[in-house]
This record gives sequence, C-alpha cells and structure tokens, in this order.
Amino acid sequence: MSGAAALAGLVAGAERVYRDYSLQTVVEWKARTGGLAIGYMPIYVPRELLHAQGVLPVGLMGGRDDLEIIKGDAYYQSYICHIPRSTIELGLNGSLDCLDGVLFPAICDVIRNLSGMWSMLFPGKYVRYLDVPQNFDRRVGGAFYMRELREIARDLETRGALALDAENLRGAIRAFNENRRLVRGLYELRYRQPWKVPTHELYVLLRASIVMPVEESTAMLTQYSALAQADTSRQPLDQARVAVTGSFCEQPPLGLIRTLERAGCYIVDDDFVQIHRYILHDIPLDGDPLENLVTAYLEDGVASPTRYIGDGVKGEALLQRAKESGAEGVLFCAPSFCDPALLDQPMIVRAVERAGMMWTAFKYSENGGQFQVIREQAGTFADSIKLWSPA
Amino acid sequence: MSARVKQAAATEAIKDASQLRQKAMLARHFDRLAAAPQTGERCAYTFVPGNLTELLLSFDLLPVLPEINSLQSAMRGKSAEYISIAEKLGHSEDVCTYVKSDIGMLKSGNIGPTGQRLPNPDILLLSYTGCFTFMKWFELLREEYHCPVVMLHVPYQADGHITDSMRSYVVEQLQTQVIPELERVSGRAYDEDRLRECLSLSARAEDDLVWVLQSAKQVPSPIDAYFGAVYYVGPIFSSFRGTEDAVAYYRELRVETEERLRLGKGPVTPDGDMGNERFRVVVEGPPNWTSFRQFWKMFSDLGAVSVASTYTKVGGVYDMGFRHDPSRPLETLADYCLGCYTNLNLPTRIDLLTRYLDEYQADGFLINSIKSCNSFSAGQLHILREVESRSGKPGGFVESDLVDPRYFSAANIKNRLESYFQMLDQRRAGGAS
Amino acid sequence: MKYTVGIDLGSTTTKAVVLDERGGVMGRGITNSRSNYDTACQIALGEALTNARFSLIESELARGGVGPDAALRQVSALERRFRAEQYRSQLRVLAVELRRFAGRLLTLSREIAASVDTILAKMDEEVDGLYAEGARRKSDFFRDLAGSRYLQLAEEQARAEGVAFDTLASLFDKAILDVENSSDAAGGFEDHAQAAVLGWDGAAAALPAAVERIVALELQQIGSVGTGYGRQRLPFPEGQIRSEILCHGLGAHALFPGTRTVLDIGGQDTKAIQVDGDGIVTSFQMNDRCAAGCGRYLGYIADEMSLGLHELGPLACASTAPVRINSTCTVFAGAELRERLSLGEKREDILAGLHRAIILRAMSLLARSGGVKSEFTFTGGVAKNPAAVGALRKLVAENYGEVRLNISDDSIFTGALGAALFALRDALRGTEIAR
Repeated sequence: MSGAAALAGLVAGAERVYRDYSLQTVVEWKARTGGLAIGYMPIYVPRELLHAQGVLPVGLMGGRDDLEIIKGDAYYQSYICHIPRSTIELGLNGSLDCLDGVLFPAICDVIRNLSGMWSMLFPGKYVRYLDVPQNFDRRVGGAFYMRELREIARDLETRGALALDAENLRGAIRAFNENRRLVRGLYELRYRQPWKVPTHELYVLLRASIVMPVEESTAMLTQYSALAQADTSRQPLDQARVAVTGSFCEQPPLGLIRTLERAGCYIVDDDFVQIHRYILHDIPLDGDPLENLVTAYLEDGVASPTRYIGDGVKGEALLQRAKESGAEGVLFCAPSFCDPALLDQPMIVRAVERAGMMWTAFKYSENGGQFQVIREQAGTFADSIKLWSPA
Repeated sequence: MSARVKQAAATEAIKDASQLRQKAMLARHFDRLAAAPQTGERCAYTFVPGNLTELLLSFDLLPVLPEINSLQSAMRGKSAEYISIAEKLGHSEDVCTYVKSDIGMLKSGNIGPTGQRLPNPDILLLSYTGCFTFMKWFELLREEYHCPVVMLHVPYQADGHITDSMRSYVVEQLQTQVIPELERVSGRAYDEDRLRECLSLSARAEDDLVWVLQSAKQVPSPIDAYFGAVYYVGPIFSSFRGTEDAVAYYRELRVETEERLRLGKGPVTPDGDMGNERFRVVVEGPPNWTSFRQFWKMFSDLGAVSVASTYTKVGGVYDMGFRHDPSRPLETLADYCLGCYTNLNLPTRIDLLTRYLDEYQADGFLINSIKSCNSFSAGQLHILREVESRSGKPGGFVESDLVDPRYFSAANIKNRLESYFQMLDQRRAGGAS
Repeated sequence: MKYTVGIDLGSTTTKAVVLDERGGVMGRGITNSRSNYDTACQIALGEALTNARFSLIESELARGGVGPDAALRQVSALERRFRAEQYRSQLRVLAVELRRFAGRLLTLSREIAASVDTILAKMDEEVDGLYAEGARRKSDFFRDLAGSRYLQLAEEQARAEGVAFDTLASLFDKAILDVENSSDAAGGFEDHAQAAVLGWDGAAAALPAAVERIVALELQQIGSVGTGYGRQRLPFPEGQIRSEILCHGLGAHALFPGTRTVLDIGGQDTKAIQVDGDGIVTSFQMNDRCAAGCGRYLGYIADEMSLGLHELGPLACASTAPVRINSTCTVFAGAELRERLSLGEKREDILAGLHRAIILRAMSLLARSGGVKSEFTFTGGVAKNPAAVGALRKLVAENYGEVRLNISDDSIFTGALGAALFALRDALRGTEIAR
C-alpha cells in the first residue's frame, strides 16, 4: 500500500474510533482481559495509576455534533455548557454501560455537580470525584493528593482491580511517558512542518487514543508519525500560524477544526485533548513511582485555567508555547458558558496583547453545525496576520 | 393610652432594635474600612463560603467580602453599570455577575455601599470553597491590586461527609500557608487564645441564629426564612461573627422573634407585617438582588412565607448541629468551611431540602435558578425532580440572576410563581375549587 | 339563559369560550389581540356569544323539523352573510377614519382622498365575494383581511394615479387603530343577524322566526375568568384571574378527560403540564425566556422561505432525508436556513430537521416537568402542523413507549375553556367576587 493510502487508512480508522459511541475498543478490551474500564472526564487524571492496576482508563469528552440530546437536556438549563448533557445522554442511552465507573476530576462546578448526579443515576457504578490539589506544597497538597490516589487504588482493588504495586506502576509510567513523548513529537512535527500534520488528522488520533489501551495508541501514533514524515504529497500552504486555546474540556466539532484550517490557519499549538500534554516531561522511573506521579502533577503540570496560578503570571505559559511553536496569533476558542476558559480569558488576552501578539476570540458548542461566522472571522484573522505581522 | 396600643408601641420599638443595631454595626465597619488608609488598619478580602472571620479578627484584620459588595451594588441599582464596564473590558456575558459587578465597581473607584471608598486589600484570602469562580475572581483581583494572595483549598464533600484527610489538608494549609501569611501582612503573631475567644463568641451567636431560623418550624412562621433571613445571616457570615456585637445582635433578634412568636405574628415584609400565611415554602438558590423587594412582594402578596432556605446556609450549615468549637480551633475552622452549603454534594443537598420540607411543614419548594452561578444551578433540574419524588410535594422553578438586571423578567417570574401557588391551592382544595 | 365565560388573552389572539350551566360549550370566539385589552376581551366575548346564538339557531331549526344537515347549511350560510355585515360595518368605520386622517394631510389632501374613496368603493364591492360559499380568506380578522386588500389596492392606485403608496399605507395604519380599539366597530349579533336574514331568498321558512327568537333571548353572565400570559394587568378583578397553566391543564382535561400530560407550543412560549384525574395541575415547566422552537420561530422560517405558515408542515412531511439542525435560535434562523440552502440542501429536508429540532426542545421540557404519561394532549398552533405532530409521535414512542396522543381542532381554545370551567366552578360555589 502506498504511503499516502496507508496514512489515509490509519486516520480513517482513528476517526471511526473517535465516532464510535458504543466504545467498541473498550468492549473488546474487556472481553479480552476481563478487566475494569473506568471513564474519566477532562482535564486530567493519573492514568498510570489505573493502568498499573490492570484498569483501562477511558477518556470521556462528551458527545459530538451527531448526538441528539433527548434526555440530557432535562437535567440542564440552557445557560450551562453542553458537555454534561451529552455525557448524561450517553450514560442514559447505554453507550457507557461498558464502563465500571467514572472519575470526575475537579475542574469546574458543572463537572463537580455532575459527579453527584452520576452517583444517583448509576448507583451500581464506581463514581469518584478527584479533588486535585490547589496547594502545590509536597507535604500538604502533595500529601492530600497521595491520600486521594491511594484511596482510589483501594476502591478499585475492592472492585476487582489488581492491588497497586510499585513495579506495575513504574511500567505504567514508562508506557505513558512513551505515549506522551510521541504526542509531543507530533506537536513538534506539526509546528515545524504543519502541512504534514493537519490538525483535523492529529485530532482524531488524539481522541481515539484516549479510548484504547495505551500500547495501541503508541503503536498508532508511531505509525502515523513515520507515515506523515515520509509523505511528500502534501505541500506547504501560505497559512497563518495560530495557537488555539480554551478547548480543553467540551470539544469543538471536527467541522470547526476543519473550518479553521480551510479559513487559512495552521494550528501550531492547541489544548485539545489536553490530557496528552498535561504532564510536560517524562515522569522519572527511579524512586517511589507513586510519589513521582504526585510530584509530576504538582510541579510539572501544564498551566490550565483550572489550576491555581499562585505567583505565576497568567498567559506566560501560553506565550512560551506560542514562541516555541512559532505561532503568529492566538485564537481564543472556548465553549459557551465555560467558566474556566471564559473567566481566564481577559487575563490571558492582556498577556497576549502585552507581548504584541494578535488575537481573536469566539465561542462554540460541541454540537454546533454552523461555522459560517467562524470561517469569516478566522479567515479575516489569518489575513490580517499575514498582512500585519512582522514578516 | 390603652394597654393594647402601649403593647403595640412597645412591640414596634422591639422590632426595630435588631435592625438598627445591624445598621450601626455595618456603619462602624465601613467607617473603619474607609479610614484604614489613615489608621493603618489592614484588610483582607475574602469569601463568604469558607470564611475564616475569627482567624482574621484574631489578627486585627478587617474582612471585606466582594460578594457582599456586589449584592449591595445591585440593591443600590449600580450593578448594571458595573457589569457593563466589565463586559466592555472583555469579560464574557456567560460568567458570574458578582465578579463582573466587582470589577466594574473597582474600575469606578471602589465605592462601597455607604458611599465611602473601600480600601485596597492588604491580602486576598482566596478561600477556595464551594465555587470554582472564586479562584478566578482573586486571580483577576491580584492583577488589579498586585497584593499578596493566599490560597486555602477546601476540598469538596463529594461523598457526603468530611474525611480526616480533608480536614488535615485544610488544617495543614492553615498552619503552613494561611497563618504565616496573615502574620506577615498583619505584623502580628498568631494568637491562638484570641482565636479561641472569638470562636466561643461565635458559638453563642450561632445558637441564637439557629433558634431564630428554626422558629420557622412553627405555624404560622414568625420569620421569612429566605428574603427576611438574608438580613439575619449577614453578620454571621461576614465581618462580625466572633465579636460581642454579633452576640448582642443575635440575642436581640432572638428576643424579637420570640415576641413575634408569642403574639402569633407572621414575618415582617416590605409592606409591613405579613397577614394571612397561606403557603409555606422552602426555597433553594440565591435570591435576585436587583429586584429583591419586587421578588419578595410576589411571594408576600400571595401570602407565601419561606420557612427554610438553602442560600442562608451558604456560609455555613448549622442544621446538623455544627457550632464553632474553641477547643479545636483550626479543626473547627476547617469543618465550618467544609460544611458550607455550596460545598455539599448534590445528594446531600437533596436530602437537606427533603428534610426541610418535612421539618418545616412546608407545602412545597421553589428553585430560583441563577443564570450566572453554576455552583448552585448545575443540577437543579435533577434536584427538582428528586425532591418532588421523595417528598411528594410540588416544586416550582423560576429563573433569574444574582445582580444582572437583564436576566430578571418580572412578568415571566410572576407568571410562573402565580401558576405555582395557584397549583398548590388547587391541590389543597382537592381539585374541587 | 345563563352562561360563564373564560377569556384567554394571548400574544397574537384573544379567545373566549362560553359555557352553559352544565358546562357544555355554547360558543367560542376569537379575535386578534390588540393594544386595548378591554376591547379585545369584549370582542372575543361578543364573538363567542354570537357563535353561541348561531348554535342555538341551528338547534332550534333542527328541532323544528328542518333536519340537522339542512339546519347546518342554513346557519352556515346565515353566518357568512352575518360576517359580511360585520365586515361592512367595520369598513364603514374604517372609511370614516381614513377620510378623517386624509382630510388632515397638508398636501395633496384631495388626491389622496380620491384614491381612498376608490379603494373603499372597490373593497365594498368585494365584500359579498369574500364571504361567498366556498370562498377562502387569508384571515378571519378584519385587520389582516382588510389590511392586505387595502395595501394591494393602494399599490394599484399609486401606480395608476401617482399618489404616494407610503401615504396611503400610513393612513391605514392610523385608521385601523381606531377600528381595532372600538368595541362596536364590527357590531354584534343583535345588529346584524336580522339584516342578514332580510332579503335572503335562500332562507328557510322557519329561519326568520328562529333568528328573532334567538336575538331576543337573554344571555346572562354568571361568572367570568380571565387568563393570559405576562400581562401586567388583565382587565379582570384579581379573584377572577387564573394562571394560564391551570387553565390549560383543566381545558385539556375537559377536551380529553384521560389527559395526564399536556404540551402547548404557543407563539412565544412552550408549556409542559402534568395533570391529575381531575384536571388539576401537579407540575409544570415553561420555556418562556427564549422563543426558540415556538410558533414565532416557524413564522420567521415561513417568511424566510416566502411560504405560508400552514405550508411548512406539509412540505416538511415530504422530506426523505431530514437534515440535522442543532439550534433553533430564532436570531440565527435566517442565517442557518440560507447557509443550508446555499449548500444545496433541499427545503423539505431542512424543514424536516427544523421540526424535529423544535420537538426535541419540547421533549426536554416535558422531561423536566415529569415525562410523558398517557394520555398526552398536544395543544397550541403548532399542533396543527403535521410535521411537528409526526416528529412528536415518533419521539414520544421512542422514549415513552405507547402513549395515546390527543389533538383537538379546537385546541387553540384550550386555555379559554379551562378559564370558563373555573368560572363555572366559582359560580356554582357562589364565590364569584364582585369588585
């Protein structure tokens, strides 16, 4: 098979997984291994812990634009974001029956309250709120987080998972380190040669990756990386290089990503499916792996609106990434009603303006089908970057 | 003068005493705040959920509560303008209107409810409790004031109870972060004895407050536990808990309430004493502040009295017996913060509402769903159905906002309320009406 | 003869239902809502009483040996003649007002007046034709019917005589207000019934006497209840106002006694209501902050597509491949529609998607109010829309199983019917509060 055809086939396969509400990858894994599958909401959970106990972590990021919400809307008023209603819809329509439980990390009040609703709607399942610490002192926040993780490990064990074991945890860390390296590698490839890694392709790979075993994801990403680099059929275009931020929880429809690209943008940095890049560097393998996992969260976590900034400077991390990726402008791309993204935005905008970078902003919802306005806005933005940016 | 008239006059005087006292307390407090730049008194901005008033007072720090400033701005008709300023500065129409009102107020000279300028914070005590937006609020304020911020992360009661782990986490943060920062800012050493004194004063005031709130179990209720009670919980949740003033205020309030009870009187409303108590309701959700009296009147005109509410527990829940305990000062502060209403999980909120419906002999409950507050609102429709199902009592549902007048539609709300109360009426009459 | 009346003041139309002492419906009346609420109520009541009297004439004839079919034909024809008289009456008032306003013009007053006269003369000629048997009118409301014809004729005049169309149009806008806000512009039964019989060679022998008897029959109001959304003040004493939720629930129960769930999709709001076996509301949810998915939304779509409102449903039913529409936001309705049409999607497919989207919103509201229980009664203007009904049937079956769906041709009167029943209950219990 030719390289281009193989590439297309790989991406098509990933897209099928991305679009599969029945979570076949999870169902098959369970049939093979008999293990527990635990879902998790955005933004970040320590997947290594689950993996080490023989549990499959399954990333949940809402429904897409093709999910009709029939029951989910009965739970939420119109001024609340869309992801909780599609998540409830998927829960109630049986799509998530293959999961033995769901983890709800602390990211905002909507997801927080959803955890309580979930425990009432699905009483037989394991439901756990993961109150990730906003205190980053190892002896205080770290100790608390450690206790949380140990408790989760115990809970999973009582439900049939393996006991938490240092060797297994090290192995898990190794596996996810490798997976994250591949993702970082693809992001680097994308900003060096964006035509080789169109974002609408990278996106479905990242989404598919969170619903399959990490080893399969690693194999898929490895293959994609090789094929993408080898492929010579794609030519560079004169597109503006933009960093997209705000899309770390409720996801934009794939059509929106395509729209941005067609409107003249190369997305050279983003926070889509942020769990892949939440931990910035490899987690050390020597020493106590659980402590390393905790320390990685405390000291090596990405600057997200859901993490207390402490003495840090808002927007600095984004500007750093924009610099590394050669972004010429910033697209604030947030879901409607998203507190974390929208409350942070004015501070980050100020930082972006101080740095002399151009920016524009719009909102979306995961089930949006109308991109006309965004196309025009992004197109104008791309044009103005090309016209007004220092060459 | 006839005995009856004399009694009425005496009652009149008694009725006003607690209100007058509260007014004086507030005036003194705002005077102190206004004078702070001259007197050198330091102030700490903090939040109602997760408030550590006794700790601040033990350091002689003056608490300032931006949430209360925002609601005051709304009641004075300034919030629309403030929100508009904030939105022009790039703040989204989708986010918390308390924050936007505060930003607008800040940009307009930070004039407080008494017309005096509020001092800049010497420290932002970011009590991260029950609400994600608090974190962003103080990150925003930090950028404006460039002052120290100290984070106190109060974990969520996700499983419906406080664990030792949660408590230790809060206590350790108090010990390693909060207290050292407060020492630095105030220039004073941590004085645990002083803290204990404040805590025992708190407990006394709390006993009386709880008595007053629970007086609504009587039929007829002598108080309105939603609209009326937001005034009653002001001192306990803001800068006064832990002071002699608060003890005196709540003692006075209790005496007045006892008197009302004795005389079989209903609650005071904007139009005077409530006449016939026709409906007893439990209310979930914050009130609307921009049309507060108008909203209240929609209830009182129909003879509807609120007998219990969840918003009056937003700073702390006393129904389960909690009182501040001087014998374990830091642990008790932690428990207080961990137990406030917005830090309770949904199943617990449902249980609480269901209990209220029963214990307070209510006919039904109402949810005031606030557009810009996700902490309260996300899940309220689920709460509505669950509480109805468990209690067998009907729930009503209206929608408004905290301080953005654009989201209070009087016609809309009145229509829903009237329909709800007429429905209650019909059901009571067994449909034969 | 005693009656009670319920009046429902809606945003677009005002409805009245008149009941006899046993709760039987005597008559129904409807008129377009207008700025003077008192007038709207009076006219609606008048229409309902007129409708009642016609029914009485029909029964009288049928009993008198004419036979039910013949009686119906007679009364229908009589009513058409009656309506023509009402139209003429309003036309006369309109004429007076038009001439008065024309006379006030500072320039070209004579020319304008002449055009107005020409228009009025033509309209007067056409009256009989408007109400001839089998004639189809765009509307039954004078404002709409006369308005659209006037404007057409004004355009002709503008072209032919060179007078300004805008001036003619603005004269109408002013004059019609006076017609609208006058409670006797149309005239009631007593005014026109006999005139309608007079000189009609198609009248049955028994008809004139029947008419005379019914004209003279005293109809005594023993109770009234008003309902209607969001009005600061309904022209009723406080004790005689009931929430439209309750009226709707009771009205639906009266139409279909097995009703347990009611869905009403009106012009501007949607209501989901649960009722018990006595028609008393047990819970409800309203969607009144946002008009998405309501009748008005369909109105915008109809305008965008240059279709009549009643054409949307049948066209949507012709779809074979419905398009998924995610948002029913009225603000974006036009833009979304144009975009999809430009993408080559077929009108019927887009419409089918729109109807499903509207009903999905209704389904959420129903779920919030407690679900859909049999029997399920669907009321409001949208209930006449076959595509909406089809989508509703499908979604209800998928989510709630077999549920009996009720739709009445008279569903627009549901609120007024409920109000009238409340009035009857009050009257029977003697609790009518006089202010």
